[in-house]
Amino acid sequence: MDGALAALARLGGEARIVAGGHSLLPMMKLRLANPEHLVDINDVTELAYIREGWDEIRIGAMTRHFDLLESDLLAQRFPLFRDAETMIADPVVRNRGTIGGSLCQADAAEDLSAVCSAAKAQVVIVGPEGERVVGMEDFHVGPYMTAVGTGEILTEIRLPVRPGAGSAHEKVERRAGDWAIAAASAALWIDAGTIADAGVALSAVGLTTIHLTRAEELLRGKPPSEELFGQVVEIASEDCAPSADGRGPVDYKRHLAGVLAHRALRRSAARALNQEV
Amino acid sequence: MDVSTTVNGEAVTRDVEPRQLLVHFIRETLGLKGTHWGCDTSNCGACVVQMDGRPVKSCTVLTAMCEGHEIRTVESLEVDGELDPLQQGFHELHALHCGFCTPGMLMTARALLDENPNPTDGEIRTAISGAICRCTGYKNIVSAVQWAAEHEAIAKQEV
Repeated sequence: MDGALAALARLGGEARIVAGGHSLLPMMKLRLANPEHLVDINDVTELAYIREGWDEIRIGAMTRHFDLLESDLLAQRFPLFRDAETMIADPVVRNRGTIGGSLCQADAAEDLSAVCSAAKAQVVIVGPEGERVVGMEDFHVGPYMTAVGTGEILTEIRLPVRPGAGSAHEKVERRAGDWAIAAASAALWIDAGTIADAGVALSAVGLTTIHLTRAEELLRGKPPSEELFGQVVEIASEDCAPSADGRGPVDYKRHLAGVLAHRALRRSAARALNQEV
Repeated sequence: MDVSTTVNGEAVTRDVEPRQLLVHFIRETLGLKGTHWGCDTSNCGACVVQMDGRPVKSCTVLTAMCEGHEIRTVESLEVDGELDPLQQGFHELHALHCGFCTPGMLMTARALLDENPNPTDGEIRTAISGAICRCTGYKNIVSAVQWAAEHEAIAKQEV
């Protein structure tokens, strides 16, 4: 880790960290990314872990998709991770791709950004000045742009563990390994029949991950119900900003975003209340 | 830059360009042409090799990333003139037509059977979902992997 930071400091703004490389190398082949230097952190094994603390789960940035999928701890505390990981790329790609790389790639169609947003994750960024902790709401600053600055490395994702949690990720893709047509992540924390807190985010239907803050505000303080979730369907359809492409026209994607948000919320509530069928 | 790695059990050190992809290291630098270079976008799976026992797409791994790691290619499957049960299964059940996807299919399936010697058809289909075959329709590939799993189980009992 010290070596990687020293290399970044020495090489300056033209250097980029390469994690699993399964987004960055394709971007370089397409000449969409043009780094002068790559700093490979695949052998920084101290950044590969999933640990449970007393009030949070900590995931090292170099934890690979395969290990996120296999983690029973994550599946129990934040089942939306396993939902998402079964459909991220394909099993061979999942052997290399990492959570840190996915978040830093900041592709709007990438699933883990929405997952971490819904789960209210915080990320740890380490640089020459030391360490800082940033919430997911401030992490993405634009398409393919994050709060990670020159000379800095994303090292850890922290998921606060609170009682009454349920979460789910819903995605529709055309075939295994394709990008999502749309995907929705949801997390609910239900206390005595009332939604104490909620997280809802969408993938692939805008220039960045869409944080549905309007939906989260609506959900907070109310008992979970089909009627309430139905109102989120409208918000999801309205607040996303998809573009038409080979995966579908705009009205279809807006409709899909709403349907998937609804399903994710319904499953989150069922899981929070131990009523999942 | 010098890169030292192990390929099919043999330690190799070569001076390579930092930008070189693992698939080109295997094919061009080492001359092992069994691994195929297909889509170059990590979609097709023809270039799959094993890195430390896990299948990876060698078109999306830099040679420099393999320093100190173990690479296994399709050439390692046949030992002393005897085909791996997977190769035999592909032969018996006609699991290839043009053969372009075969090395990737074999190395992906080998990793699956090493991890899970008795997979369901669904598990096989999931395992190879990152590999594209345009000839077979996959049915014979799944059957061939099952053939290999059955014959490996029988071979184990006999030992």
